[in-house]
Amino acid sequence: MLTLRLALRNVLGTGIRAWLNALIISLALVVATWNQGLVSGMDEQAAQAAQAIEFGGGQYWQEKYDPFDPLTLDEAHAPLPPALQALVDDGRAAAVLVLQGSIYPRGRMRSILLKGIDPGQPILDFPTAKITADGGELPALIGGRFAKAVGLARGDSVTLRWREPGGAFNAQDAAVAHVMSTTVASIDSNQLWLPLAKLQEMARLPGEATLVVLARGTPPPAAPPGWTFRDADYLLRDLRELVKAKSYGRTIFLVIFLSLGMLAIFDTQVLAIFRRRREIGTLVALGFTRGQVIRLFTLEGALYGVLAVILGALYGLPLLWLQARAGFPVPAGTEDMGISIGERIYPAYSAGLILGIVLVSLLVTTVVSLLPTRRIARLKPTDALRGRMS
Amino acid sequence: MADDKLIRAENLVKIFPMGSSQVTALSQVTLSFQTGEFAGLVGPSGSGKTTFLNIVGTLDAPSSGSAFVLGREVESLSHREAAGLRNRSIGFIFQTFNLLPVYTAYENVEFPLLLLKTPAAQRRKMVMDALDWVGLADRARSRPPQLSGGESQRVAIARAMVKRPPLLLADEPTANLDAENSHHILQTMEKLNRQLATSFLFATHDEKVIGYLRRKITLVDGRVTRDENCRPRGAEGTEPC
Repeated sequence: MLTLRLALRNVLGTGIRAWLNALIISLALVVATWNQGLVSGMDEQAAQAAQAIEFGGGQYWQEKYDPFDPLTLDEAHAPLPPALQALVDDGRAAAVLVLQGSIYPRGRMRSILLKGIDPGQPILDFPTAKITADGGELPALIGGRFAKAVGLARGDSVTLRWREPGGAFNAQDAAVAHVMSTTVASIDSNQLWLPLAKLQEMARLPGEATLVVLARGTPPPAAPPGWTFRDADYLLRDLRELVKAKSYGRTIFLVIFLSLGMLAIFDTQVLAIFRRRREIGTLVALGFTRGQVIRLFTLEGALYGVLAVILGALYGLPLLWLQARAGFPVPAGTEDMGISIGERIYPAYSAGLILGIVLVSLLVTTVVSLLPTRRIARLKPTDALRGRMS
Repeated sequence: MADDKLIRAENLVKIFPMGSSQVTALSQVTLSFQTGEFAGLVGPSGSGKTTFLNIVGTLDAPSSGSAFVLGREVESLSHREAAGLRNRSIGFIFQTFNLLPVYTAYENVEFPLLLLKTPAAQRRKMVMDALDWVGLADRARSRPPQLSGGESQRVAIARAMVKRPPLLLADEPTANLDAENSHHILQTMEKLNRQLATSFLFATHDEKVIGYLRRKITLVDGRVTRDENCRPRGAEGTEPC
């Protein structure tokens, strides 16, 4: 208790220098929290967007379906089993038929995926209602990025070509009924959404689907034979790996930033031991053991961490709260890097995150403060009293 | 071996390594001091005065020989035991005052009592008594930079005597003071010695200090060349130091 009191007095006694050190460390803390909060927010948002727009509460895949191998698509479809059909009829699932095809925008061929979905489906949160067939031209829904890439706009016509089960190619014009703006790149890039019934008819696959998306919150029934159930964790695995990979980069940035703060403490400690040699000698002469002196200096260093936490809380918490509410604008092109997020990221700060960063920095501060005090152990009190280093 | 003497040094030798050679700071010094002495080690710089003080103050250990302080053998003390002995029984007064810079005069004097875990009410009384003794009760809230050299040294004396140690070691206590302050300090110390029976051992080559001593031990090149009782200023009897 005495040592703590002395340490506090010594730290506060250094005046502006103490607060400058604390400010530097607090900046590292606040930026670190913000940074990690951003990654958490991105992770949460991306997962939510992907679930709302693409994965739902899990998917039943026809057993030959492999999203990473387009060559399997010709055979990756089957009639809906009664159990899945019942879910679709109840509005608790949506069937999707995925086929390979090509389009010819401006006379150039482009390989794409043709995806059929019921325009009235209530499961996935994207504007499928825009492709309600009205007996006229075949309506198609495309994503904004793809539209931009191939130079298509709402109202444009484009020729589609696909292969029928017998192997013959067929073709038809489709009209772009809507260009959707979506945060989920995987329902946008190189694909055209068509009414399910029309695609089934075009491909001569009545009642067949490649996958069935389950509504969120619906308990998944056992997968029927020939179908495999993929839960949300499985479907989000790649996304989470991607976020994790990005967070490694941010962690390195965080370590560098935190190191700068720690360097300030280390430097202060080394300087303090050098400048306060006589004081160290006096403390020993008055009855302090070397261990107590080491504890005093370590505590002084650690107190910079505590001051930084207090200072950081004073200005950091309101800033982080504001940022969490207002969000952080996503730089253009971020979605092309594979992360599906909205136009703004809303950082997510959990108590665990804040507590974790605070504890880690207090621990690191203490260790960094302890390192220079090894010199005290080598310091002879008689030399220290004369202001000399041993 | 413990005994009833305040300090007993036998064949004390202290050798310091100096690069590739060695310097002998104390050579076969045998001395003893009784309770209540007002004694001084005198001699030129490098004669071993401070080294002797450091050893009996348990801040250093002899290379050979033995030193007993308050019945405890210095070499046999662990760091913790030596710190405890200094804390309870030995007061130090330094040439450069060595006040803790961020504390007030009151807090500087209070410090040894905090280490001794003295209860707060008793602590406050002891601190104010000590400051009263040195005539600085009104400067209790001043910090070291606000004190003159003489005042700083008086605070250092108050800090050394606040726990009423049997032994006070003073290393060149007047070296940084003018004549008037030196006499003031020395009179305070003499009063302490007389009224509280605190033993004083000085290391000095200041004639002003020597004038107050009742025993003068002359050291030259780490050897005791003279050990004499003498008459302090204003007293009658033996020869003055």
